Amino acid sequence: MSGVSVTKGENAGAASGDLVVLSNVNKHFGALHVLQDIDLTIARGEVVVVIGPSGSGKSTLCRTINRLETVDSGAITIDGKPLPQEGKELARLRADVGMVFQSFNLFAHKTVLENVMLGQVKVRKTDKKAAEEKARTLLDRVGVGSQADKYPAQLSGGQQQRVAIARALAMDPKVMLFDEPTSALDPEMINEVLEVMQQLARDGMTMVVVTHEMGFARSAANRVVFMADGKIVEEATPDQFFSSPRSDRAKDFLSKILHH
Amino acid sequence: MNVLLDHFPEFRDGFIGTVSITVVSTVIALVLGIVVAGFRVSPIPPLRFFGAAWVTLLRNTPLTLLFLVAMFIVPEILFPGMSAFVLGSLALGFYTSAFICEAVRSGINTVPLGQAEAARSIGMTFSQTLRMIVLPQATRTVLPPLSSILIALTKNSAIAGAFSVTELFGWQTLMSEQGYAIAWIFVWVAAAYLVITFTISGIFRLLERRMEVAR
Repeated sequence: MSGVSVTKGENAGAASGDLVVLSNVNKHFGALHVLQDIDLTIARGEVVVVIGPSGSGKSTLCRTINRLETVDSGAITIDGKPLPQEGKELARLRADVGMVFQSFNLFAHKTVLENVMLGQVKVRKTDKKAAEEKARTLLDRVGVGSQADKYPAQLSGGQQQRVAIARALAMDPKVMLFDEPTSALDPEMINEVLEVMQQLARDGMTMVVVTHEMGFARSAANRVVFMADGKIVEEATPDQFFSSPRSDRAKDFLSKILHH
Repeated sequence: MNVLLDHFPEFRDGFIGTVSITVVSTVIALVLGIVVAGFRVSPIPPLRFFGAAWVTLLRNTPLTLLFLVAMFIVPEILFPGMSAFVLGSLALGFYTSAFICEAVRSGINTVPLGQAEAARSIGMTFSQTLRMIVLPQATRTVLPPLSSILIALTKNSAIAGAFSVTELFGWQTLMSEQGYAIAWIFVWVAAAYLVITFTISGIFRLLERRMEVAR
Protein backbone atom coordinates (compact mmCIF):
# COMPACT_ATOMS: atom_id res chain seq x y z
CA MET A 1 0.00 0.00 0.00
CA SER A 2 2.97 2.32 0.40
CA GLY A 3 3.17 2.51 -3.39
CA VAL A 4 -0.25 4.15 -3.37
CA SER A 5 0.85 6.83 -0.95
CA VAL A 6 3.79 7.70 -3.16
CA THR A 7 1.45 8.43 -6.07
CA LYS A 8 -0.41 10.74 -3.76
CA GLY A 9 2.61 12.95 -3.32
CA GLU A 10 2.95 13.39 -7.06
CA ASN A 11 -0.72 14.23 -7.48
CA ALA A 12 -0.71 16.85 -4.79
CA GLY A 13 2.22 18.52 -6.50
CA ALA A 14 0.36 18.97 -9.77
CA ALA A 15 -1.65 22.10 -9.00
CA SER A 16 -3.13 22.24 -12.48
CA GLY A 17 -4.68 18.83 -11.85
CA ASP A 18 -6.98 20.14 -9.14
CA LEU A 19 -10.48 18.89 -9.84
CA VAL A 20 -12.44 19.82 -6.74
CA VAL A 21 -11.46 22.77 -4.62
CA LEU A 22 -13.25 23.81 -1.44
CA SER A 23 -12.00 27.01 0.08
CA ASN A 24 -13.03 28.42 3.39
CA VAL A 25 -16.41 26.66 3.33
CA ASN A 26 -18.78 27.23 6.22
CA LYS A 27 -22.21 25.80 6.86
CA HIS A 28 -24.67 25.94 9.74
CA PHE A 29 -27.69 23.80 10.55
CA GLY A 30 -29.45 26.28 12.80
CA ALA A 31 -27.10 26.87 15.71
CA LEU A 32 -24.90 23.93 14.76
CA HIS A 33 -21.78 24.91 12.84
CA VAL A 34 -21.41 21.71 10.78
CA LEU A 35 -18.62 22.84 8.45
CA GLN A 36 -16.02 25.20 9.81
CA ASP A 37 -13.54 26.88 7.45
CA ILE A 38 -13.09 23.78 5.32
CA ASP A 39 -10.23 23.91 2.83
CA LEU A 40 -9.85 20.81 0.72
CA THR A 41 -8.35 20.20 -2.69
CA ILE A 42 -8.86 17.00 -4.61
CA ALA A 43 -6.58 16.32 -7.54
CA ARG A 44 -7.58 14.55 -10.72
CA GLY A 45 -7.33 10.80 -10.25
CA GLU A 46 -6.99 11.06 -6.51
CA VAL A 47 -8.91 8.91 -4.04
CA VAL A 48 -9.69 10.80 -0.86
CA VAL A 49 -11.28 8.98 2.04
CA VAL A 50 -13.05 11.09 4.64
CA ILE A 51 -13.38 9.50 8.05
CA GLY A 52 -14.43 10.70 11.44
CA PRO A 53 -16.97 10.22 14.22
CA SER A 54 -20.74 10.57 13.63
CA GLY A 55 -21.89 14.15 13.36
CA SER A 56 -18.45 15.40 12.39
CA GLY A 57 -19.84 16.85 9.15
CA LYS A 58 -18.27 14.40 6.73
CA SER A 59 -21.51 13.49 4.95
CA THR A 60 -22.45 17.15 4.73
CA LEU A 61 -19.04 17.90 3.24
CA CYS A 62 -19.59 15.24 0.61
CA ARG A 63 -23.06 16.57 -0.24
CA THR A 64 -21.89 20.17 -0.61
CA ILE A 65 -19.64 19.14 -3.49
CA ASN A 66 -22.62 18.62 -5.81
CA ARG A 67 -24.67 21.20 -3.95
CA LEU A 68 -27.24 18.84 -2.49
CA GLU A 69 -26.39 20.95 0.54
CA THR A 70 -25.87 24.66 0.07
CA VAL A 71 -23.07 26.41 1.91
CA ASP A 72 -23.30 29.63 3.91
CA SER A 73 -19.94 31.00 2.86
CA GLY A 74 -16.83 30.00 1.01
CA ALA A 75 -16.35 28.73 -2.52
CA ILE A 76 -16.46 25.35 -4.20
CA THR A 77 -15.14 24.85 -7.70
CA ILE A 78 -15.26 21.75 -9.85
CA ASP A 79 -12.84 21.56 -12.75
CA GLY A 80 -12.20 25.29 -12.38
CA LYS A 81 -15.87 26.30 -12.46
CA PRO A 82 -17.62 27.56 -9.32
CA LEU A 83 -20.85 25.75 -8.39
CA PRO A 84 -23.76 27.64 -9.99
CA GLN A 85 -27.09 28.47 -8.39
CA GLU A 86 -29.97 25.99 -8.55
CA GLY A 87 -31.14 25.66 -12.13
CA LYS A 88 -30.21 24.23 -15.53
CA GLU A 89 -26.52 25.02 -15.21
CA LEU A 90 -26.28 23.26 -11.86
CA ALA A 91 -28.10 20.26 -13.32
CA ARG A 92 -25.50 20.13 -16.10
CA LEU A 93 -22.69 20.23 -13.57
CA ARG A 94 -24.27 17.55 -11.41
CA ALA A 95 -24.30 15.23 -14.40
CA ASP A 96 -20.50 15.34 -14.24
CA VAL A 97 -20.41 14.49 -10.55
CA GLY A 98 -21.46 10.96 -9.68
CA MET A 99 -23.09 10.42 -6.31
CA VAL A 100 -23.62 7.17 -4.43
CA PHE A 101 -25.83 7.32 -1.37
CA GLN A 102 -25.93 5.36 1.85
CA SER A 103 -29.51 4.27 1.12
CA PHE A 104 -28.88 3.48 -2.60
CA ASN A 105 -31.84 5.61 -3.76
CA LEU A 106 -32.46 3.59 -6.89
CA PHE A 107 -35.62 4.74 -8.67
CA ALA A 108 -38.14 2.34 -7.18
CA HIS A 109 -40.59 2.40 -10.10
CA LYS A 110 -37.97 1.63 -12.74
CA THR A 111 -36.11 -1.56 -13.53
CA VAL A 112 -32.39 -1.87 -12.90
CA LEU A 113 -31.68 -1.34 -16.60
CA GLU A 114 -33.96 1.73 -16.76
CA ASN A 115 -32.23 3.14 -13.70
CA VAL A 116 -28.89 3.06 -15.49
CA MET A 117 -30.35 4.30 -18.80
CA LEU A 118 -32.46 7.19 -17.54
CA GLY A 119 -29.72 9.76 -17.03
CA GLN A 120 -28.05 8.95 -20.32
CA VAL A 121 -31.29 9.30 -22.28
CA LYS A 122 -32.88 12.26 -20.50
CA VAL A 123 -29.82 14.28 -19.49
CA ARG A 124 -27.11 13.33 -21.98
CA LYS A 125 -29.66 12.79 -24.78
CA THR A 126 -27.95 9.57 -25.83
CA ASP A 127 -30.13 7.46 -28.08
CA LYS A 128 -31.89 4.56 -26.41
CA LYS A 129 -29.94 1.80 -28.10
CA ALA A 130 -26.51 3.17 -27.22
CA ALA A 131 -27.72 3.90 -23.69
CA GLU A 132 -28.95 0.35 -23.22
CA GLU A 133 -25.72 -1.09 -24.52
CA LYS A 134 -23.68 1.04 -22.18
CA ALA A 135 -26.00 0.27 -19.26
CA ARG A 136 -25.63 -3.46 -19.82
CA THR A 137 -21.85 -3.17 -20.07
CA LEU A 138 -21.72 -1.24 -16.81
CA LEU A 139 -24.07 -3.65 -15.07
CA ASP A 140 -21.85 -6.53 -16.16
CA ARG A 141 -18.82 -4.63 -14.92
CA VAL A 142 -20.30 -4.29 -11.42
CA GLY A 143 -21.50 -7.89 -11.55
CA VAL A 144 -25.28 -7.48 -11.70
CA GLY A 145 -25.81 -7.95 -15.43
CA SER A 146 -28.22 -10.82 -14.86
CA GLN A 147 -30.52 -8.64 -12.74
CA ALA A 148 -31.11 -6.00 -15.42
CA ASP A 149 -34.85 -6.52 -15.76
CA LYS A 150 -35.68 -6.71 -12.06
CA TYR A 151 -36.95 -3.89 -9.88
CA PRO A 152 -34.62 -2.52 -7.20
CA ALA A 153 -36.72 -3.97 -4.36
CA GLN A 154 -36.05 -7.47 -5.71
CA LEU A 155 -32.29 -7.06 -5.25
CA SER A 156 -30.11 -7.42 -2.17
CA GLY A 157 -28.59 -4.31 -0.64
CA GLY A 158 -25.18 -5.04 -2.07
CA GLN A 159 -26.61 -5.55 -5.55
CA GLN A 160 -28.64 -2.34 -5.28
CA GLN A 161 -25.57 -0.36 -4.29
CA ARG A 162 -23.60 -1.75 -7.22
CA VAL A 163 -26.45 -0.75 -9.55
CA ALA A 164 -26.31 2.72 -7.99
CA ILE A 165 -22.60 2.87 -8.80
CA ALA A 166 -23.34 1.80 -12.39
CA ARG A 167 -26.05 4.46 -12.62
CA ALA A 168 -23.54 7.13 -11.59
CA LEU A 169 -20.85 5.78 -13.92
CA ALA A 170 -23.26 5.86 -16.86
CA MET A 171 -22.94 9.64 -16.85
CA ASP A 172 -19.15 9.46 -17.36
CA PRO A 173 -18.56 11.57 -14.25
CA LYS A 174 -15.35 13.50 -13.66
CA VAL A 175 -15.53 12.69 -9.97
CA MET A 176 -17.48 10.21 -7.89
CA LEU A 177 -18.80 11.00 -4.42
CA PHE A 178 -19.57 8.14 -2.07
CA ASP A 179 -21.61 9.03 1.00
CA GLU A 180 -21.17 6.08 3.37
CA PRO A 181 -21.87 3.57 0.59
CA THR A 182 -21.59 0.50 2.78
CA SER A 183 -23.17 1.72 6.02
CA ALA A 184 -26.62 0.36 5.23
CA LEU A 185 -25.38 -3.04 4.10
CA ASP A 186 -25.31 -6.41 5.80
CA PRO A 187 -21.70 -7.28 6.68
CA GLU A 188 -21.50 -10.04 4.09
CA MET A 189 -22.41 -7.62 1.30
CA ILE A 190 -19.92 -4.90 2.15
CA ASN A 191 -17.04 -6.53 0.32
CA GLU A 192 -18.79 -6.88 -3.03
CA VAL A 193 -19.37 -3.12 -3.04
CA LEU A 194 -15.88 -2.29 -1.82
CA GLU A 195 -14.37 -4.44 -4.54
CA VAL A 196 -16.21 -2.47 -7.20
CA MET A 197 -14.99 0.76 -5.62
CA GLN A 198 -11.45 -0.54 -5.42
CA GLN A 199 -11.55 -1.44 -9.10
CA LEU A 200 -12.75 2.09 -9.87
CA ALA A 201 -9.90 3.55 -7.86
CA ARG A 202 -7.41 1.40 -9.73
CA ASP A 203 -8.91 2.59 -13.02
CA GLY A 204 -7.99 6.12 -12.07
CA MET A 205 -11.40 7.55 -11.11
CA THR A 206 -11.30 10.62 -8.89
CA MET A 207 -13.16 9.66 -5.76
CA VAL A 208 -14.30 11.22 -2.51
CA VAL A 209 -15.37 8.47 -0.15
CA VAL A 210 -17.01 9.03 3.21
CA THR A 211 -16.78 5.72 5.01
CA HIS A 212 -16.21 3.78 8.18
CA GLU A 213 -14.37 1.04 6.29
CA MET A 214 -10.80 1.46 7.51
CA GLY A 215 -9.65 -1.45 5.37
CA PHE A 216 -10.76 0.38 2.25
CA ALA A 217 -9.12 3.59 3.44
CA ARG A 218 -5.84 1.75 3.95
CA SER A 219 -5.85 -0.07 0.66
CA ALA A 220 -7.43 2.32 -1.83
CA ALA A 221 -6.95 5.86 -0.56
CA ASN A 222 -4.25 8.25 -1.69
CA ARG A 223 -5.10 10.46 1.22
CA VAL A 224 -7.13 10.22 4.41
CA VAL A 225 -9.00 13.27 5.67
CA PHE A 226 -9.99 13.05 9.31
CA MET A 227 -12.89 15.25 10.39
CA ALA A 228 -14.24 15.99 13.83
CA ASP A 229 -16.76 18.60 15.01
CA GLY A 230 -17.05 20.24 11.61
CA LYS A 231 -13.32 20.73 11.08
CA ILE A 232 -10.68 18.92 9.11
CA VAL A 233 -8.38 17.85 11.92
CA GLU A 234 -5.82 15.91 9.98
CA GLU A 235 -4.84 15.04 6.42
CA ALA A 236 -2.29 12.35 5.76
CA THR A 237 -1.47 9.32 3.68
CA PRO A 238 -3.25 6.20 4.97
CA ASP A 239 0.05 4.77 6.26
CA GLN A 240 0.91 7.88 8.20
CA PHE A 241 -2.60 8.30 9.51
CA PHE A 242 -3.19 4.76 10.73
CA SER A 243 0.28 4.09 12.09
CA SER A 244 1.11 7.44 13.61
CA PRO A 245 -1.76 9.94 13.76
CA ARG A 246 -0.60 13.39 14.82
CA SER A 247 -3.69 14.78 16.54
CA ASP A 248 -5.06 13.54 19.86
CA ARG A 249 -8.56 13.54 18.41
CA ALA A 250 -7.50 11.11 15.68
CA LYS A 251 -5.58 8.93 18.15
CA ASP A 252 -8.65 8.75 20.33
CA PHE A 253 -10.89 7.91 17.35
CA LEU A 254 -8.57 5.22 16.06
CA SER A 255 -8.14 3.63 19.48
CA LYS A 256 -11.90 3.27 19.70
CA ILE A 257 -12.47 1.73 16.29
CA LEU A 258 -9.35 -0.36 15.84
CA HIS A 259 -9.11 -2.14 19.17
CA HIS A 260 -12.18 -3.96 20.23
CA MET B 1 -93.11 6.12 -12.14
CA ASN B 2 -94.02 7.69 -15.45
CA VAL B 3 -92.12 10.90 -14.78
CA LEU B 4 -89.11 9.17 -16.30
CA LEU B 5 -90.99 7.70 -19.24
CA ASP B 6 -92.91 10.90 -19.98
CA HIS B 7 -89.81 13.07 -19.97
CA PHE B 8 -87.03 10.69 -20.91
CA PRO B 9 -85.42 12.94 -23.58
CA GLU B 10 -85.04 15.76 -21.03
CA PHE B 11 -83.75 13.30 -18.44
CA ARG B 12 -81.21 11.93 -20.93
CA ASP B 13 -80.08 15.47 -21.82
CA GLY B 14 -79.68 16.23 -18.12
CA PHE B 15 -77.65 13.07 -17.59
CA ILE B 16 -75.41 13.85 -20.54
CA GLY B 17 -75.08 17.43 -19.24
CA THR B 18 -73.94 16.24 -15.84
CA VAL B 19 -71.49 13.77 -17.37
CA SER B 20 -70.11 16.45 -19.71
CA ILE B 21 -69.57 19.09 -17.06
CA THR B 22 -68.05 16.45 -14.79
CA VAL B 23 -65.60 15.26 -17.44
CA VAL B 24 -64.61 18.74 -18.61
CA SER B 25 -64.12 20.10 -15.06
CA THR B 26 -62.21 16.94 -14.10
CA VAL B 27 -59.74 17.51 -16.92
CA ILE B 28 -59.34 21.19 -15.98
CA ALA B 29 -58.98 20.33 -12.29
CA LEU B 30 -56.44 17.53 -12.86
CA VAL B 31 -54.21 19.59 -15.16
CA LEU B 32 -54.32 22.70 -12.96
CA GLY B 33 -54.08 20.70 -9.73
CA ILE B 34 -50.94 18.84 -10.81
CA VAL B 35 -49.29 21.96 -12.24
CA VAL B 36 -50.03 24.00 -9.11
CA ALA B 37 -48.79 21.14 -6.90
CA GLY B 38 -45.54 21.35 -8.88
CA PHE B 39 -45.46 25.10 -8.18
CA ARG B 40 -45.94 24.47 -4.47
CA VAL B 41 -42.86 22.27 -4.21
CA SER B 42 -40.81 24.29 -6.70
CA PRO B 43 -37.43 25.78 -5.73
CA ILE B 44 -38.57 29.14 -7.17
CA PRO B 45 -40.19 31.27 -4.42
CA PRO B 46 -42.63 33.26 -6.65
CA LEU B 47 -44.06 30.00 -8.00
CA ARG B 48 -44.42 28.63 -4.47
CA PHE B 49 -46.21 31.81 -3.44
CA PHE B 50 -48.52 31.62 -6.45
CA GLY B 51 -49.36 28.00 -5.62
CA ALA B 52 -50.12 28.77 -2.00
CA ALA B 53 -52.27 31.77 -2.97
CA TRP B 54 -54.16 29.69 -5.55
CA VAL B 55 -55.02 27.00 -3.04
CA THR B 56 -55.91 29.39 -0.23
CA LEU B 57 -58.15 31.49 -2.42
CA LEU B 58 -60.03 28.73 -4.24
CA ARG B 59 -60.31 26.27 -1.39
CA ASN B 60 -61.74 28.83 0.99
CA THR B 61 -64.28 30.42 -1.35
CA PRO B 62 -67.80 28.92 -1.28
CA LEU B 63 -68.43 27.17 -4.59
CA THR B 64 -71.71 29.02 -5.13
CA LEU B 65 -69.84 32.31 -4.87
CA LEU B 66 -67.31 31.09 -7.44
CA PHE B 67 -70.17 30.20 -9.77
CA LEU B 68 -71.64 33.68 -9.28
CA VAL B 69 -68.32 35.26 -10.17
CA ALA B 70 -67.86 32.97 -13.17
CA MET B 71 -71.38 33.46 -14.50
CA PHE B 72 -71.88 37.19 -13.96
CA ILE B 73 -68.52 38.93 -13.50
CA VAL B 74 -66.17 37.00 -15.82
CA PRO B 75 -68.35 37.45 -18.96
CA GLU B 76 -68.81 41.12 -18.02
CA ILE B 77 -65.11 42.02 -17.91
CA LEU B 78 -63.19 39.21 -19.60
CA PHE B 79 -64.96 36.91 -21.99
CA PRO B 80 -68.32 38.24 -23.11
CA GLY B 81 -70.58 35.69 -24.72
CA MET B 82 -68.93 32.62 -23.24
CA SER B 83 -71.44 29.79 -22.74
CA ALA B 84 -72.79 28.93 -19.31
CA PHE B 85 -71.45 25.40 -19.76
CA VAL B 86 -67.86 26.59 -20.26
CA LEU B 87 -68.07 29.12 -17.43
CA GLY B 88 -69.57 26.52 -15.11
CA SER B 89 -66.89 23.97 -15.99
CA LEU B 90 -64.18 26.55 -15.37
CA ALA B 91 -65.62 27.50 -11.96
CA LEU B 92 -65.93 23.86 -10.91
CA GLY B 93 -62.53 22.92 -12.39
CA PHE B 94 -60.70 25.80 -10.71
CA TYR B 95 -62.37 25.13 -7.38
CA THR B 96 -61.58 21.40 -7.47
CA SER B 97 -58.00 22.00 -8.66
CA ALA B 98 -57.16 23.43 -5.24
CA PHE B 99 -58.17 20.17 -3.55
CA ILE B 100 -56.41 18.05 -6.17
CA CYS B 101 -53.28 20.14 -5.72
CA GLU B 102 -53.21 19.36 -2.02
CA ALA B 103 -53.87 15.65 -2.58
CA VAL B 104 -51.03 15.51 -5.12
CA ARG B 105 -48.76 17.43 -2.78
CA SER B 106 -49.44 14.94 0.01
CA GLY B 107 -48.53 12.21 -2.46
CA ILE B 108 -45.31 14.00 -3.39
CA ASN B 109 -44.42 14.18 0.30
CA THR B 110 -44.69 10.42 0.66
CA VAL B 111 -41.95 9.81 -1.93
CA PRO B 112 -38.64 9.50 -0.05
CA LEU B 113 -36.42 12.57 -0.44
CA GLY B 114 -33.57 10.34 -1.60
CA GLN B 115 -35.42 9.62 -4.85
CA ALA B 116 -35.38 13.29 -5.83
CA GLU B 117 -31.79 13.70 -4.61
CA ALA B 118 -30.67 10.78 -6.76
CA ALA B 119 -32.47 12.23 -9.77
CA ARG B 120 -30.87 15.64 -9.26
CA SER B 121 -27.48 13.99 -8.77
CA ILE B 122 -27.54 12.52 -12.27
CA GLY B 123 -28.27 15.98 -13.64
CA MET B 124 -32.04 15.93 -14.04
CA THR B 125 -33.75 19.31 -13.78
CA PHE B 126 -36.48 20.03 -11.26
CA SER B 127 -39.28 19.46 -13.75
CA GLN B 128 -37.71 16.23 -15.08
CA THR B 129 -37.32 14.99 -11.51
CA LEU B 130 -40.93 15.81 -10.73
CA ARG B 131 -42.36 14.32 -13.93
CA MET B 132 -40.24 11.19 -14.25
CA ILE B 133 -39.33 10.24 -10.70
CA VAL B 134 -41.55 11.83 -8.07
CA LEU B 135 -45.04 12.05 -9.59
CA PRO B 136 -45.11 8.47 -10.94
CA GLN B 137 -44.28 7.23 -7.45
CA ALA B 138 -46.77 9.60 -5.82
CA THR B 139 -49.65 8.41 -8.00
CA ARG B 140 -50.48 5.34 -5.95
CA THR B 141 -50.85 7.39 -2.78
CA VAL B 142 -52.87 10.07 -4.52
CA LEU B 143 -55.48 7.76 -6.09
CA PRO B 144 -57.76 7.18 -3.05
CA PRO B 145 -58.19 10.86 -2.12
CA LEU B 146 -58.45 11.72 -5.82
CA SER B 147 -61.43 9.44 -6.29
CA SER B 148 -63.21 11.12 -3.34
CA ILE B 149 -62.49 14.55 -4.76
CA LEU B 150 -63.85 13.63 -8.18
CA ILE B 151 -67.01 12.14 -6.69
CA ALA B 152 -67.49 15.38 -4.77
CA LEU B 153 -66.96 17.25 -8.04
CA THR B 154 -69.72 15.22 -9.70
CA LYS B 155 -72.16 16.14 -6.97
CA ASN B 156 -71.02 19.77 -6.91
CA SER B 157 -71.89 20.01 -10.60
CA ALA B 158 -75.54 20.25 -9.51
CA ILE B 159 -74.88 23.88 -8.61
CA ALA B 160 -74.31 24.58 -12.29
CA GLY B 161 -77.99 23.65 -12.84
CA ALA B 162 -78.97 26.74 -10.93
CA PHE B 163 -77.15 28.81 -13.55
CA SER B 164 -79.09 27.47 -16.54
CA VAL B 165 -76.60 24.76 -17.47
CA THR B 166 -78.51 21.67 -18.67
CA GLU B 167 -77.83 18.91 -16.18
CA LEU B 168 -79.62 16.44 -13.91
CA PHE B 169 -80.55 18.77 -11.12
CA GLY B 170 -82.12 21.14 -13.59
CA TRP B 171 -84.37 18.28 -14.71
CA GLN B 172 -85.48 17.83 -11.11
CA THR B 173 -86.50 21.50 -10.87
CA LEU B 174 -88.33 21.28 -14.18
CA MET B 175 -90.27 18.15 -13.16
CA SER B 176 -91.16 19.52 -9.74
CA GLU B 177 -92.60 22.59 -11.42
CA GLN B 178 -94.76 20.37 -13.61
CA GLY B 179 -96.22 18.74 -10.53
CA TYR B 180 -94.75 15.25 -10.61
CA ALA B 181 -94.33 13.37 -7.31
CA ILE B 182 -91.12 14.70 -5.79
CA ALA B 183 -90.03 11.36 -4.33
CA TRP B 184 -89.83 9.62 -7.71
CA ILE B 185 -88.03 12.54 -9.32
CA PHE B 186 -85.35 12.30 -6.65
CA VAL B 187 -85.12 8.52 -6.96
CA TRP B 188 -84.29 8.83 -10.67
CA VAL B 189 -81.89 11.73 -10.18
CA ALA B 190 -80.13 9.87 -7.37
CA ALA B 191 -79.90 6.71 -9.50
CA ALA B 192 -78.30 8.70 -12.33
CA TYR B 193 -75.75 10.26 -9.95
CA LEU B 194 -74.96 6.82 -8.53
CA VAL B 195 -74.22 5.53 -12.02
CA ILE B 196 -71.64 8.28 -12.47
CA THR B 197 -70.06 8.08 -9.02
CA PHE B 198 -69.90 4.28 -9.05
CA THR B 199 -68.19 4.47 -12.41
CA ILE B 200 -65.61 6.85 -10.95
CA SER B 201 -64.88 4.64 -7.95
CA GLY B 202 -64.75 1.61 -10.25
CA ILE B 203 -62.17 3.25 -12.49
CA PHE B 204 -60.06 4.19 -9.49
CA ARG B 205 -60.28 0.70 -7.98
CA LEU B 206 -58.98 -0.62 -11.27
CA LEU B 207 -56.14 1.93 -11.38
CA GLU B 208 -55.15 1.16 -7.80
CA ARG B 209 -54.99 -2.54 -8.52
CA ARG B 210 -52.87 -1.97 -11.61
CA MET B 211 -50.46 0.28 -9.70
CA GLU B 212 -50.08 -2.37 -7.03
CA VAL B 213 -48.98 -4.92 -9.60
CA ALA B 214 -46.51 -2.50 -11.12
CA ARG B 215 -44.37 -2.46 -7.93
